[in-house]
Amino acid sequence: MSSRERILGRVRRALADVRPDDTPYEQAVLREYLREHGERSVEETVDLLAENLADYRAIVHRCSAGDLPATIAGMLAARGAKTVLVPPGLETAWLAAADVERVPDRAESSARQLDQLDSVVTACAVAVAETGTIVLDGSPDQGRRRITLVPDHHICVVRVPDQVVSSVPQALELLDPARPLTWISGPSATSDIELDRVEGVHGPRTLEVILVG
Amino acid sequence: MSGTFVGMPAFPKAAHEAVHDQTLRGNLRHATHTIRGKRATAVAEVSDWAALRDAGARIKDHTLRHLDGYLVQLEESVTAAGGTVHWAADADEANRIVAELVKETGESEVVKVKSMATQEIGLNEALEAEGIRAYETDLAELIVQLGKDRPSHILVPAIHRNRGEIRDIFAREMSEWGRPAPDGLTDTPAELAEAARLHLREKFLRAKVGVSGANFMVAETGTLVVVESEGNGRMCLTLPETLISVVGIEKVVPTWQDLEVFLQTLPRSSTAERMNPYTSTWTGTTDEDGPRDFHLVLLDNGRTDTLADEVGRQALRCIRCSACLNVCPVYERAGGHAYGSVYPGPIGAILSPQLRGTASEIDASLPYASTLCGACYEVCPVAIDIPEVLVHLRERVVQGGQVIQGGNKVVLKPAKGHAAERAAMRAAGWAFARPAALRTGQRLASRTRRLHPRSLPGPGKAWSGTRDLPAVPAEPFRDWWQRTHGGKDGAK
Repeated sequence: MSSRERILGRVRRALADVRPDDTPYEQAVLREYLREHGERSVEETVDLLAENLADYRAIVHRCSAGDLPATIAGMLAARGAKTVLVPPGLETAWLAAADVERVPDRAESSARQLDQLDSVVTACAVAVAETGTIVLDGSPDQGRRRITLVPDHHICVVRVPDQVVSSVPQALELLDPARPLTWISGPSATSDIELDRVEGVHGPRTLEVILVG
Repeated sequence: MSGTFVGMPAFPKAAHEAVHDQTLRGNLRHATHTIRGKRATAVAEVSDWAALRDAGARIKDHTLRHLDGYLVQLEESVTAAGGTVHWAADADEANRIVAELVKETGESEVVKVKSMATQEIGLNEALEAEGIRAYETDLAELIVQLGKDRPSHILVPAIHRNRGEIRDIFAREMSEWGRPAPDGLTDTPAELAEAARLHLREKFLRAKVGVSGANFMVAETGTLVVVESEGNGRMCLTLPETLISVVGIEKVVPTWQDLEVFLQTLPRSSTAERMNPYTSTWTGTTDEDGPRDFHLVLLDNGRTDTLADEVGRQALRCIRCSACLNVCPVYERAGGHAYGSVYPGPIGAILSPQLRGTASEIDASLPYASTLCGACYEVCPVAIDIPEVLVHLRERVVQGGQVIQGGNKVVLKPAKGHAAERAAMRAAGWAFARPAALRTGQRLASRTRRLHPRSLPGPGKAWSGTRDLPAVPAEPFRDWWQRTHGGKDGAK
């Protein structure tokens, strides 16, 4: 007997008390919780996103679409970044004003090569106001998962209010599970020393989020 | 390598040593009290916590009641998405599968994301025996691994260490494993985190094989979810060419939508955050993004035995948040090592004796490692009634009876150490069934009450060693009730 058959057989014997007409999934799982917490206007939702991002030590900037290239250029200059990693589908206008070397991400770029780069600029798939979370789904304007992980400085552009939802349930509805997703809430952190939160471990230690719109 | 839990003494003995360790007591008190207040704040932020908790419990219960169907569905989804599914009935089989998979890649080292399942099966030790070195990359796991220590907490395995101790371990041991700690390392948490970043960077960048667990597996989509903070998880899940995930069969949930409950309750219960810094989800493999080969090892190792117990099976709802450890008065004083398992605290006290059986001294003693205060039940985000299961397991230890072990029916003998308790209960049962005898006994006890000793002799001595014997009233209650017609006569 294979282990698969052995385990499934054990499960079935263990569940001898469960009748064939056991309550089906739809009725067994009551969803009496809220779809979102509190009522907010669109502006208030964007404000809450900004507030919660900042609460977990992301640096938040707000600007209009027209000012975006200058804003990004200013941030990269302030950081002293010389090289910036660019996902294949990033809008070229976003980096038009930046005085840095643009390094396109290629499938063959190794982790070691990515480690040499100063910054990365990406878009996002959706942002969650209640938790201060941005979600990347690997679309061409966000690139492979590793490019937002290895460089120490990540600039993420969120189009507001279009890409902002209030809650985790609303975000999951919009996301495609077949894509590899990365949910990011602030820069990398740890609570492993005396259960106290410290920012800055393996992921980018500086996360800057630009809310555009 | 880190120590093992084999041959652990019973809980009271191990705890006895721990409670006399002042440093340990101080470290645990500081850490658990810090997180307790924060968790309460994070939970109070969501007005529908009770409904989320209820939904989480129901999703898990439903899944467990139809686990065979959901496992088969998961296997199909993962396979369709390009992954390979393996089944492991016990720890040895899981370790064998992982070792074989690593050998097939030709590599002799792996990077690991913190995983309770791989701790439980002793994967690192098993790989070491096959000539494969496993590097722990979670900060707390790194502290435990470098310190040749044992984990003492589910979320923060090095909770028993304070910053000064961590500094000493890093300064002393890092050079043995790779990049040494920076000169002049101080004990500020930020500097310690930086030291870990530098030490592990090299290992991430060259890693070809990653080993992980998973917090959730979605049956309908074949998606796996890892919830973390540091980014070491993302490193291990995306940089290597081969990813091997070892996951307990109880981690499956039916639908993508179900995650909306747990992604709200887990971070708040665990690190007391609205959301943890990083959550990764992946479904099989993705071209040019992440590992080319993905293997999922589904682990039983006592879970189906636990499932067979209608009262005890609720322990399988556990999402490993560790909120129950942080509020437990026994854990706070005894520490995690006394529980003799990678699952310490209240959840460990009901999980270990079910996963491993109650044959060993430590496992038979774990259901008693509690005051039954119920704080664990109150904070549990999936509403596991831990006190109920503790009492149920105490009954099993004392009375014995039929259980499932390794998939087979076994009849347990009553435990030896509880003869006095059984005799006392039998005597009480006899007396309560005979009102005349009970009355005589009670009157006799009342009349002789001035002569009663303050502690019990013989086998009762241990019990009364830490408790006052209840004072016997001058008149038995039933005599008082009859004499005063239930107090209506106003007579005292």
